Amino acid sequence: MDRADQRMDEIMGRLLRTGVVLAAVFVLAGGGVYLARHRTPVTNYGVFQGEPEELRTVSGIFHEALALHGGGLIQLGLLILIATPIARVAFSVVAFLYQRDWTYVVVTLIVLGLLVYSLLGGHG
Amino acid sequence: MNTIEFTSLIGLGALVAGFLGALTGLGGGVVIVPLLTLVFGVDIHYAIGAALVSVIATSSGAAAAYVREGYSNVRVGMFLEIATTVGALVGAMLVLHLRVSIISIIFGVVLLGSAYSSIKEHSHSIADLGPDRIATWLKMDSTYPTENGLESYHVRGVPQGFGLMFVAGVLSGLLGIGSGAVKVLAMDKAMKLPFKVSTTTSNFMIGVTAAAGAGVYLARGYIDPGLAMPVMLGVLAGSLIGARILARAKVKVLRMVFSGVIAVLAVEMIYNAVK
Repeated sequence: MDRADQRMDEIMGRLLRTGVVLAAVFVLAGGGVYLARHRTPVTNYGVFQGEPEELRTVSGIFHEALALHGGGLIQLGLLILIATPIARVAFSVVAFLYQRDWTYVVVTLIVLGLLVYSLLGGHG
Repeated sequence: MNTIEFTSLIGLGALVAGFLGALTGLGGGVVIVPLLTLVFGVDIHYAIGAALVSVIATSSGAAAAYVREGYSNVRVGMFLEIATTVGALVGAMLVLHLRVSIISIIFGVVLLGSAYSSIKEHSHSIADLGPDRIATWLKMDSTYPTENGLESYHVRGVPQGFGLMFVAGVLSGLLGIGSGAVKVLAMDKAMKLPFKVSTTTSNFMIGVTAAAGAGVYLARGYIDPGLAMPVMLGVLAGSLIGARILARAKVKVLRMVFSGVIAVLAVEMIYNAVK
């Protein structure tokens, strides 16, 4: 492994760690708000109903999180968590571009495209 | 039971699952779904959504450490991620159409398989079979740190590995698990990577695979904040504690016990589905 690869690995490691910590902070904060306000009996999870629109679209989640609703903050944390591996792949595209490794620029772009498609898949 | 008690109990269960998962190398995700469905009576769709989110957290946390040590092969991982992400998308779409009983049976069978593979002795092919045309073209051959300094290795069997990775992706998207066992199988057996490189590259890939499935789950409303919150935080904390004491622990007995627990859960899931 050459030095460029090694440096790339180090930045990737830091990126992953930051993403997880940031996600955990939002989920924890959202959890606090959620538990403080949610004193009613436990939600019935035995029957699948699906989440409401505002907790399953990117724009809806941002809206709910800005309103400081517990559920919205938790979903924002989870969105950051899902975005962390995606950011890692996006970073790899740049790193392979820098190395002029065209084969892997294409490979990582394909993976990135699939991931973005997955996040937006609900609207398609 | 009020919401705080319910959340605490699930968080505690997830903590133990993450702890044992990290110690035994089986991952915490595998027991989350049976725990939530069998013990807490949660619908399997919510359970899968919460489990998959926790898989991203542990995988990214662990990968951050491994990547820096220079074990994981980024090129192999990236290339195979094409197969796992396509597989995960297919798996996540399948969840929408398959009956709950069918998903439970597949889950049970996969659980039995992972319990079996974790207790049987691994035989590793150490012989380097020399360069391979496809792997050379994809610049996959690399080095990894050993006691005698950096050692180089050749990668083989790219098409077979790619095929197995697609299966791993489908299982991940369908069941909300990391399917690390299938990933390691693909790299260790089919592609002849050194075992340590296989396990760490697998961990590195799990996050991306799970993100592909989780994106679909989130958009379809499978990820409930009240449920995913204690599961994600519990598994993450448990796996961090597990990774800390991993070096000092005698995991052989523990792995047998944990595999036994998984096997029992697997049988119960299948029984409940067939009943």
